[in-house]
Amino acid sequence: MKNFFKRLCIKTAFSATAVLLLGSHISGCSNSSSSPPAPDTGDDPISYEVSVINATNNQPISPVAVITHNAGYSLWSIGSAASTELEYIAEGGSNSQLMDSLDSEDATAVSGKGAIGPGGSETISITAGASEQTRITVLGMLVNTNDAFSGIRSVDVSALASGESISLNASVYDAGTEINSESSGTMPGPADGGEGFNAARSDTSNIVRYHGGVVSADDGLSASVLDQSHRFDNPALVITITRI
Amino acid sequence: MKNSIIRKLLSAAVISSATVSTNISAQNLSVTITNLTHGLAFTPALVAAHDTSGNLFDTGSAASANLQAMAEGGALSGLQNDLDAITATHTSAGAPLMAGSSVTLTLNTDTAPANTKLSVVAMMLPTNDGFIGLDAADIPAAAGTYTFYLNAYDAGTEANDELITGGGAPGVAGIPGDPGAMAGSGATGGVAGTDSNNNVHVHRGAIGDDDLSGGNSDLDNTVHRWLNPVARVTLVVK
Repeated sequence: MKNFFKRLCIKTAFSATAVLLLGSHISGCSNSSSSPPAPDTGDDPISYEVSVINATNNQPISPVAVITHNAGYSLWSIGSAASTELEYIAEGGSNSQLMDSLDSEDATAVSGKGAIGPGGSETISITAGASEQTRITVLGMLVNTNDAFSGIRSVDVSALASGESISLNASVYDAGTEINSESSGTMPGPADGGEGFNAARSDTSNIVRYHGGVVSADDGLSASVLDQSHRFDNPALVITITRI
Repeated sequence: MKNSIIRKLLSAAVISSATVSTNISAQNLSVTITNLTHGLAFTPALVAAHDTSGNLFDTGSAASANLQAMAEGGALSGLQNDLDAITATHTSAGAPLMAGSSVTLTLNTDTAPANTKLSVVAMMLPTNDGFIGLDAADIPAAAGTYTFYLNAYDAGTEANDELITGGGAPGVAGIPGDPGAMAGSGATGGVAGTDSNNNVHVHRGAIGDDDLSGGNSDLDNTVHRWLNPVARVTLVVK
């Protein structure tokens, strides 16, 4: 909050419009009229609100991880093997391993408060830990799957002005770390209550790619404990990033 | 193809004439195709920069015989001849593109600055007549990196029986093969009959089954299904 008011003070010195709009708030700025405005060095922490809507029919999303990071960081890449931290999210919905692995210089992470049910949403606030953290990654697991996750990766938010937002549709990815058997005991969500993370890499190919969708017993996979309600299409999440 | 060319000329030229006149310029282009699917392969892709006098396919219109040959068997020579006829700049990949893999091809339109539309097609295997398609996307004049996400299309020319018979010639039923070697065999009956929509349309997806030595389909329903998009095209204008 302190930084927020500091920003207001700096901006009002430059902008007549801002003074008009914010005039009632600037009385607390002790030096706004008597000193030359401090140059905006770009080092002020920038905050975002990230809203995540679960657009699926019956796939709760595990607590969402929101990460601001520098341009050199990438959480996943099509055709490359998933990291163990990504595997924890995709198979078990656990993002703490990812959070713990991040270097604070490069990335700042915040977790959602809990799973987001179908039709539900959550808004998560995050403040970038460094001015170089101009990219945002957001993801969570579709918990009634073996290793599906949905999210957006390395979205460049450096051009967002204060108050501006962008809205993105998130597709569903297959982490490639677990075979999509849909069988009893293999999925952590309420449809199964089975296993989450397992270090074995058992998919047909150990690479991240787009998910082909769950099949379900209703649509021809006899060993599946999923039913038609668990099927999904792209997008699974609608994610809106607003710069504060 | 000829009808398709004329229709495209009429439909696209009116809308985009203003932009076409401004972005005619010689360009070095890099086109990277990424196979986003879980378990399908693409036959060697055809990548073309062309003008507005033609295109490779139109959603909602019947496939040309040359598009059919590409969609049912991966054959490119007919479409390449069509592209030559409109002095398009084109190239093709040298090998199938497996799931999760990428290939980068280059085009240079120095000698054909009017070729400002980008098209990409490749057959999806194992399918009967499914293909990835990018139809005459604008090539921006400004240097930069541009990303396109491609849908899977059904050429509308062959029943989706999902039987791997080796049949890849136009008009011959069946699927030529599965480069990913994940498909089954011995299915009987076939999943689907003749398409209801005989024009090029968005593919309704594969069905597959969980019986790799019989059943209705030779496709594996946990491997060979997909959701759109199925491919990413990253265009770098240099």
